[in-house]
Amino acid sequence: METLLNDFSPGLFFMQLIILVILIVLLGKFAWKPILASLEERETGIEDALKSAENARKEMQNLTADNERLAKEARAEREAMMKEAREIRDNMIAEAKEDAKEVTANLIEKAQASIAQEKQAALAEIKKNVADLSIGIAESVIKKELSNKKDQLDLVEGILKDVTLN
Amino acid sequence: MNIAQKTTKFLTIAVIALFTTVNFALNSNENNQGKEDGGQVNTKTEISAYIKHHLADSHDFSLFSYTSSEGERKHFGFPLPVIVWTSKGLVTFMSSAFHHNDDGHVIVEKGGLKFAKIHSKIYELDGNATNVAFDETHHATNAHKVLDFSITKSVVGILFAGLLIFLGFSKLARQYKARSIPKGLGRLLEPLVIYVRDEIARPNIGEKKYKKFMSFLLTVFFFIWILNLLGLTPLGFNVTGQIAVTACLAIITMVIYITNGSKDFWAHTLWMPGVPVILRPILAVIELVGFIVIKPFSLLVRLFANITAGHFVVMSLIALMVTMKEAFGPVASTGMSLVLSLFISVIEILVAFLQAFIFTMLSSLFIGMAVEEHEHH
Amino acid sequence: MVIPNLVGAGLIVIGGGIGLGQIGGKAMESIARQPEAAGKIQTAMIIIGALLEGLAFGALILGA
Repeated sequence: METLLNDFSPGLFFMQLIILVILIVLLGKFAWKPILASLEERETGIEDALKSAENARKEMQNLTADNERLAKEARAEREAMMKEAREIRDNMIAEAKEDAKEVTANLIEKAQASIAQEKQAALAEIKKNVADLSIGIAESVIKKELSNKKDQLDLVEGILKDVTLN
Repeated sequence: MNIAQKTTKFLTIAVIALFTTVNFALNSNENNQGKEDGGQVNTKTEISAYIKHHLADSHDFSLFSYTSSEGERKHFGFPLPVIVWTSKGLVTFMSSAFHHNDDGHVIVEKGGLKFAKIHSKIYELDGNATNVAFDETHHATNAHKVLDFSITKSVVGILFAGLLIFLGFSKLARQYKARSIPKGLGRLLEPLVIYVRDEIARPNIGEKKYKKFMSFLLTVFFFIWILNLLGLTPLGFNVTGQIAVTACLAIITMVIYITNGSKDFWAHTLWMPGVPVILRPILAVIELVGFIVIKPFSLLVRLFANITAGHFVVMSLIALMVTMKEAFGPVASTGMSLVLSLFISVIEILVAFLQAFIFTMLSSLFIGMAVEEHEHH
Repeated sequence: MVIPNLVGAGLIVIGGGIGLGQIGGKAMESIARQPEAAGKIQTAMIIIGALLEGLAFGALILGA
């Protein structure tokens, strides 16, 4: 302890005090403050950059989600439209078929009706012709004096041969 | 191939170093004069005196000395100014006036006063005395110490380290204006600054208050570290091994944490809550003594003792080649001293950093204790 | 009978050595137990080691 106190030099203590205080002040002003300030600035800059990158990533995610949603909607819409179109087409086809069926049915009916009419007309004519013929035959038979049965039959046959039934 | 080359190179250097030092050790026997002005050092007492001389501050900057062929002691270095506050005011002269004498035999007359230098201290002779008289314990009886504001070797070291730190870090600070990432030396210095801030200041002082103390902590950290490293160079600085320097550092720390003490800190120190009232004054005294005396004292003594012990060990191991020469022969003693001092020097480089770290760490710990605001229960 | 200073110094060094050994050993154990906390343990170890060292040096210097 004594040697320690003996070694202690107040002058050196004083010099060191002055120099150290000056050094702390000078370095604080010209070195530490700007260094720490720019370090902090850089750190906050990096932090901000990281944060904004994170935000951008999130936004990107949102955007892609949006896009997907939109695409899904569009797809659904397209599907719906196509479905509708198909339905419309089917309806149209069905209607057309129905119409066609109706029309043909009408036509057939008409045709059948006209056929029936024709047939009726033809039958009527035939009947008339047959009646005429029978009347003619009967007239001729009556006109000829028929003595025997055989002659009568020959006559009928001959007339019948002439008559062609159509 | 490459490794082999390197190994041979290293071995060559080692062998050359060994031979030079062996040569030196052999030569040192031949001349034994010039003891009085710090001549050659051979015996154990001379070595211990030499080491003591180195550990003390010195008034001139001597790099090395040798004895010429005429037997004259030659010193290489330069003198430094002596500035002393005497009974007649400020007196200045160059330290070369003492002619490297360190035991009070050379008297310098200046400004009507007589001065002598004894063991690196300047003494002013009383009255009309012409010689320094010593008593049996080698204390001067007719001279007294003066206040010595000289630019001693330590002051030169402090200024040099301060200049180095200032140049390095102001350059780094200027670099930030142009670019956000430094280059060159700044790339080495920046992580150190971040280290002090993030590993020392922030965890110990607290996120809110650490900024105020950063300039002190950073300055002290680099100051101690650079000076510790300078002490390991052959320039022979022993600044952080001067008790005045470490005392100044510790006292500044103490002043800082005493003046920045929070209300809670004083309340807890002077009137400890949760303790029987009778005990409170006793505790207050213990706490006060702890904060004002013991903590700064342990700070100053730790740094001083570590650095002094380091220098002492390195120098003793170097001196081994002289002291062990008789017992082991010059080659073995020199080799031993080389290997051991190399080993210890490497450890000292670690200690240089560690002591700077510990000083700053404990300073910030004490500051943190003082500025902390407790939650009231 | 006066005990010489050197004996006291030796005692201080023994005490300090035991203390430092304890700190170092326990720190090693805890690092082995929790390697991820190695940094914190090291810092605490160095601080306590420094405090102990201060005590030992203080005693050495006050005694010398």
